[in-house]
Amino acid sequence: MPLLEIENLVVEFATAAGQFRAVDGVSLSVEPREVLAIVGESGSGKSVSMLAVMGLLPWSAKVTADRMEFDGVDLMTLTPAERRKMVGKDMAMIFQEPMASLNPCFTVGFQIEEVLAVHMGMSRAERRARAIELLDLVGIPDPADRLSSFPHQMSGGQCQRVMIAIAIACNPKLLIADEPTTALDVTIQKQILDLLVSLQEKYGMGLIMITHNMGVVAETADRVIVQYKGRKMEEADVLSLFENPKSNYTRALLSALPDNATGDRLPTISDYLVDEQPAAGAAS
Amino acid sequence: MTAVLEARNLVRDYHVGGGLFAKPRTVHAVKGVSFSVEKGRTLAIVGESGCGKSTLARIVTLIDPATAGELFIEGQKVDIAKDKLTPEMRQKVQIIFQNPYGSLNPRQKIGDVLGEPLLINTDMPASERRDRAMAMLKKVGLAEEHFARYPHMFSGGQRQRIAIARALMLNPSLLVLDEPVSALDLSVQAQVLNLLADLQDEFQLTYVFISHDLSVVRYIADEVMVMYFGEAVEYGPRDEVFANPKHDYTKTLFAATPRADVASIKARLARKAAA
Repeated sequence: MPLLEIENLVVEFATAAGQFRAVDGVSLSVEPREVLAIVGESGSGKSVSMLAVMGLLPWSAKVTADRMEFDGVDLMTLTPAERRKMVGKDMAMIFQEPMASLNPCFTVGFQIEEVLAVHMGMSRAERRARAIELLDLVGIPDPADRLSSFPHQMSGGQCQRVMIAIAIACNPKLLIADEPTTALDVTIQKQILDLLVSLQEKYGMGLIMITHNMGVVAETADRVIVQYKGRKMEEADVLSLFENPKSNYTRALLSALPDNATGDRLPTISDYLVDEQPAAGAAS
Repeated sequence: MTAVLEARNLVRDYHVGGGLFAKPRTVHAVKGVSFSVEKGRTLAIVGESGCGKSTLARIVTLIDPATAGELFIEGQKVDIAKDKLTPEMRQKVQIIFQNPYGSLNPRQKIGDVLGEPLLINTDMPASERRDRAMAMLKKVGLAEEHFARYPHMFSGGQRQRIAIARALMLNPSLLVLDEPVSALDLSVQAQVLNLLADLQDEFQLTYVFISHDLSVVRYIADEVMVMYFGEAVEYGPRDEVFANPKHDYTKTLFAATPRADVASIKARLARKAAA
């Protein structure tokens, strides 16, 4: 049974200019222990569809889906209280900007222990022991001392490690990483990706990797979904996507990689997208 | 070939602290870097955050003076710590920043954004400034109707085009690009890189291209300099640096860059299946 199953997800935002459809009929499923990458440029609805799964969209968003099930639970009919119990425990999310997603007023130890207190009901001593264990797990040196550090005393890479520690604190079944390495240096990016994949393998989590970096996809994913302007353009396992892309958009994305440059100019998306423009309703 | 930009042993120290109880200390941001770039060529500076590459960009753009060392622009020695910067000198070097959302004034129309360098540095009449701004707007791939719009009405890629147009208004010979495409999507990144290549051909521009993305550097650069903690640990022609990196840090950097070719995916999947 798939861990997460979504059929025909539509997310619309009420804007001054009328309804804006950010996600337009996306279906996807994630198996347990699988790494799924969702690729697309900004405005392709890749983050919005995952925020809809987490229930983190603002009130102006209207979410409809034929089916949205996580681990056998129907997410569409869940009450807010039930969803709050699930989010952060069984599924967790890591965001792009590690400095901005941690609260600057509290120590990282407090922020890790907060999740444990809410979801696991652990005692103070248990929480502290688990927080030290988690920091050690994500590769922060001197974990016991670092518990009393504030986010501004850590580097961007370390903050992202703390975010990962918070996300995996309750052993989630599904981890959603939204551009986890975009704000980081290449060498740090490598470390964070390695960490995510090793944790995913160790705990058998499902992992959804949202990114626009084809290199990150190639390094981590089992299966890939390519999104463009709110629609799914292609779904394939990682090897066949790179070896033999089916949609023109994927081909355009791959040829826009400076790695694959032939000649002295890069091909751009418009060279490829003539017949595959999504309908005007989905335009960004 | 003449060197448009030559730097000899540039050093930049920052003095930090000296608070109530803290002792003041000195940060050596750039520790003696030398390089030269010839006309119409591109030098890429690579390194992680905090390695001094943006400090170097500020020195080259004549924003900050160097603590020690010599800087020559078109063969002329410049030292802004001693002499006041002349308008002629200022026209020779221009910079484009990383974040196109932060580098444009939200209260200023695009036409005024492009006209302002001319207003400040030349005594050109308003009508000519307008004509030049309009011509430059078309050159970077935007249209006449964009002239009277505000920055928030543009996408990230379009804003970066505007930033490029503004930098070119004074006909500079040297353009410093501080991570110009790292905030952009892959497809938009390709368009902006193409635009930069077109403009370089047309105006014989010299680029100092700062980036941490090695795939972009490999595509655009003629020479590559790798910086690590304020020092240039590797400097040479692109193919030589990429084929035969000498310093350990350069090797680490290459190993960390995600590879998107079929062979490395196959290797990864095989490793995973074996584990």
